[in-house]
Amino acid sequence: MTAPLETAEPAAAQAAAGPARLGTLRYALSKAGGALLSIGMVIVGTFFLFRLLPGDPVRNLAQGRNMTPEQLDLERHRLGLDLPLFDQFLNFIGQTLRFDLGASYEYKRPVLDLIGDRVGATLLLAGTSLVIAVSLGLWQGMRAGWRHGSRFDRFSTGTSLVLWSVPTFWLGLLLLLVFSSWFQWFPSRGIQDVDAPDGFGYVLDVAHHMVLPCIAMVGVLYAQYLLVMRSSLLDEVGQDYITTARAKGLRDDEVRKRHAVPNALLPTVTLVFMRIGFVVGGAVTVEAVFSWPGLGELFYAAIRVPDFTLMQGTFMLIAVSVILMNTLADVVYHILDPRVRSA
Amino acid sequence: MSVTWTRRRMAFGRFWDTFRGQRPGVIGLAILVVAVAAALAAPLFIDESVTGVVRGTGPKMAPPSWDYPFGTDESGRSILLMVWWGSRTSLLIGFLAALVSMLIGTVLGIAAGHFRGWIGAVILRVTDWFLVLPSLITALVLAAILGGSTYTIIMAIGITTWPTTARLIRAQTLAVEARPYIERSKALGAGHWHVTTRHVLPNVAPLLLASTTLEVASAMVTESTLAFLGVSANKTSWGTMLRGSYDWGAANNGAWWYILIPGLCIVAVVMAFTLFGRALEAVLNPRLRKAGA
Repeated sequence: MTAPLETAEPAAAQAAAGPARLGTLRYALSKAGGALLSIGMVIVGTFFLFRLLPGDPVRNLAQGRNMTPEQLDLERHRLGLDLPLFDQFLNFIGQTLRFDLGASYEYKRPVLDLIGDRVGATLLLAGTSLVIAVSLGLWQGMRAGWRHGSRFDRFSTGTSLVLWSVPTFWLGLLLLLVFSSWFQWFPSRGIQDVDAPDGFGYVLDVAHHMVLPCIAMVGVLYAQYLLVMRSSLLDEVGQDYITTARAKGLRDDEVRKRHAVPNALLPTVTLVFMRIGFVVGGAVTVEAVFSWPGLGELFYAAIRVPDFTLMQGTFMLIAVSVILMNTLADVVYHILDPRVRSA
Repeated sequence: MSVTWTRRRMAFGRFWDTFRGQRPGVIGLAILVVAVAAALAAPLFIDESVTGVVRGTGPKMAPPSWDYPFGTDESGRSILLMVWWGSRTSLLIGFLAALVSMLIGTVLGIAAGHFRGWIGAVILRVTDWFLVLPSLITALVLAAILGGSTYTIIMAIGITTWPTTARLIRAQTLAVEARPYIERSKALGAGHWHVTTRHVLPNVAPLLLASTTLEVASAMVTESTLAFLGVSANKTSWGTMLRGSYDWGAANNGAWWYILIPGLCIVAVVMAFTLFGRALEAVLNPRLRKAGA
């Protein structure tokens, strides 16, 4: 989480850092190489991080279940924990590269299967919230930035600052209190009723369950998108080309839509995707509050138990997806924005 | 010496005059002074026993009344006293985590900007790596692995949030070191230590102050989130109180005071830090000042 007043810095940074006239393909390749290095660092880092755990790993995994010394030894041998550290390291790397993330002690199932079951719910919730938050935030930020200092601008900035200071989970608790407990308009937990109907009724049921988690996520995400879009547009408003457009006699709306917004939009959208890690953090919190059966709730459950194999697997998966999204945003930005390409 | 001090006093006077014009910043500062004073003065009136389960004397989950202005929790403890005592942990973790984050960020940021060549490149690479890691997730894993104590929570937040500071400081360092007087200083025989501590650091210090203030705000939000998600310092903080309210079904029982009061405390203090930090930045950052923001 960073300050809400950051401007579109990546644009300037990239323009300065990127070597002159690097072809798009070469740029993409070098970014992909960087991403691979980052992913490698995540895997290696995870191995050593989870070896920092105090105590005997087998006992940690068994979570205090009663086991005889023989059972412990057997378990240690089965998991390869009796090997030297370096061999364990090689095994870990090999398994991870083959997408073998181990088995969860709590659920008695392979971690990858558990993740597969949960991924859909998270994509649904996070995706819907992201689309709403981005459209709402960019639209309002655009209006606010264009009428800089107006009542609408002060209202928008004020609301975003308040929302930005609100912890996501507390917003969720308030929503539960008001809309689930007092008015009883929406269910308080889960993704569907126990006796969920089939077909279209099922879709409605899921949508009904999704309203509150979605509002909680949008509430916090949209504030920063608004502020970023606003400051990005403010950067453009003072530029000479805007004056030129006005001098040509274009109407105010046209200056905004055709000239200012396209230029302000690009760095903003990139920043939105650069910050995808923030969305993931929000998803974990919201899923925990509303017991939404997604990846975040799985991770949260792993921490509560604690189930270290599961924690390790979900952590690596989340980190790797965030790195991939970032790299993709980087490359797409490079393709879309001629200013960066020719710099 | 006295000349220096006069100059510093005048500089501070100028800063204060500009700052006073930023009304939201002044309000933020006022809230902060009150909150910190209350937290520091708490041991004069109450002690840790207000958070003890056995000491709860009131009715359980009672709405606000004359005896318990903010109501009570599931063990009959006064929410008012718990919020007051809990502010100490929340503020302490917020301040120290921001300090850790600032220290790491400053040292690595200046190093990355000062030492061009492979040292700078390696630091930058590591910074960017930490920057893309989802910070809340990483902090959760760190805190879960290292076990929940005040110290580990502080470290977990500090370790995951320094990269933004490092990037900011590196950019500033590059800008400062491009100025001719640094070259003059080097020509006169200044070493790395002299250039970084005598020239770069004083120049980045004002921005650092502003960014640290904002960092405290986000560290406090992170602390409460970590506590809510179950990795906490085992001491009463605003976050652990909200965890308690969730565990005891305060939302379903309509115990609004249990949810509202600790949350409002978080929002008020975090907003105060944000407003104060933004005002500081507006006054101290020449780029924003010129834009008339």
